[in-house]
Amino acid sequence: MAAVSRTTLVTLAVLAGAVVGLQAWHERAGAPLLPAGAGGNLLYLQSPALARRAALSYDSLLADIYWIRTVQHYGRTKLAAGEAKRYDLLYPLLDLTTSLDPRFDLAYRFGAIFLAEDPPAGAGRPDQAIALLEKGLRAQPGKWQFAQDIGFVHYWWRHDYSGAADWFRRASQMPGGPDWLAGVAAVVFGEGGDRASSRRLWQEILSDRDSQYLRGQAEFRLTQLDAMDQIDTLLRVIAAYRQRSGVPPASWAELIRSGLLRGVPLDPAGRPFAIDAATGGVGLSPESPLNPLPTAERAR
Amino acid sequence: MGAIRHVAVNVFKESVRDKVLYSLVVFAVLLIAASYLIGQLTAGQDVKIIKDLGLAAISIFGLLMAIFIGIGLVWKEVERRSIYSLLAKPLTRRDFVLGKYLGLVFTLAVNVAVMTAAFYIVLAVMSWMTLPEIRAGWPAPAADPAMLKAVAMIFVELLLVTAIALFFSTFSSPFLSAVLTLGLWVIGHFNSDLQSLDSTLNSPLAAAAARGLYYLLPNFAAFDVKAQVVWGQPVPLSYIGLTSLYGIVYVALVLVGAVTVFTRRDFK
Repeated sequence: MAAVSRTTLVTLAVLAGAVVGLQAWHERAGAPLLPAGAGGNLLYLQSPALARRAALSYDSLLADIYWIRTVQHYGRTKLAAGEAKRYDLLYPLLDLTTSLDPRFDLAYRFGAIFLAEDPPAGAGRPDQAIALLEKGLRAQPGKWQFAQDIGFVHYWWRHDYSGAADWFRRASQMPGGPDWLAGVAAVVFGEGGDRASSRRLWQEILSDRDSQYLRGQAEFRLTQLDAMDQIDTLLRVIAAYRQRSGVPPASWAELIRSGLLRGVPLDPAGRPFAIDAATGGVGLSPESPLNPLPTAERAR
Repeated sequence: MGAIRHVAVNVFKESVRDKVLYSLVVFAVLLIAASYLIGQLTAGQDVKIIKDLGLAAISIFGLLMAIFIGIGLVWKEVERRSIYSLLAKPLTRRDFVLGKYLGLVFTLAVNVAVMTAAFYIVLAVMSWMTLPEIRAGWPAPAADPAMLKAVAMIFVELLLVTAIALFFSTFSSPFLSAVLTLGLWVIGHFNSDLQSLDSTLNSPLAAAAARGLYYLLPNFAAFDVKAQVVWGQPVPLSYIGLTSLYGIVYVALVLVGAVTVFTRRDFK
């Protein structure tokens, strides 16, 4: 092979440098010239039936590609601000993924969490989460985990306790369904959303071997429940102070001076709790990663 | 038989000279790079995706090789006019075609075997690096031997694609042969639609034609068991046996056609 001349090498280096430079310039100056949303949130293929046909025998691989797009769309939207914070493509992407690979269990289970989670952390669409899980149950009628997850969406995000109890009961009666779900169904049906049953449900999900992500979610929710227990304890301390002095404390310092607290109380994430001097209420600091806590009715 | 072997060995040597086996390096790099990247992107589905990607890559690389080498097998000899000196030797046209076919099949077999070995090594490493409690949640072990069933089906599919490419190569230009082979491969994945067309067509003649095409065209969709093995679902050996038999009989049919066309071809 003939040696490459010096002029050719220099030309190649200059052209390569120019390409990299122009790309960087385009990134800074070119992309902002386009209207917002042009090119970002686009889904060219909308029909799951068409996607299945177009995939030929690579439908499973195409499902993986759509799953990666789903995770990226969720992550990017979660980090976005303003107009861009819209989870419009979440359900269509999950629908495509699960149509291309109907056994993609985690796409149903994660997808349901992404969809049901209240904004801004999720799409706030428990109805779509339930629709996705029901689609999973149609594809795999024996999958009790999907029935449990539907119950969970009813319980945690819709606060529909009779619907939740019904689905937990169904899950417990399915082949391989755990017995403890029948107990949870009875408690949820009888007492609605109490914190003990929430804790039980999340603890069971924590032992789920299917996914590290679900276990991470469970750990987070259990930490939130711990924070809610701590808030209850602090409210009892404030009530004691109020009984003694007639007014709520203006700050944690007053409670420490009175001997009712040893120091500024920290939430499980290590951030100080916030106290409302006017009402004597206690909540998380706005900087706490545990925000937002579940609503009051779940805190019973 | 000796003549067929000579032709086959030469096809293999030529493919090595043409650096066809470089595709193996690309395959290995693709898998290793993907296994690292995918772990960051997929929220816990890395093993499933590596399996999908590995099986799809074995199939796609094999398909590209089968088509783009297969279409040139006979045409190249005719174009270079080396066919005259070859056929002047004690070599029948039948032996020439069969030798070409077996040579490419051997090249594909080596490629598929090496790609499969690389695939299993990547999966075994992933399995070894994963915590036992996470591994326990996988629907099937990472280096599941059952995946060999999917690889076997891919190989039978490649045998058929190679035969079709060679058939077209006996009378057509490489471009046309590639288009026709690829076209048949795509149509072969829509076979089930042809089967159900007779319920939607009003014309009995058109319905009968669709039904006839359903039986006549190669059913490539039948060779796809990738999703089943990835999810650890059972793929009965009887299915593998029946589908392989179908593929091999179809290969024989196409090769007889190729030999017939090539034997009658006039090179003057």
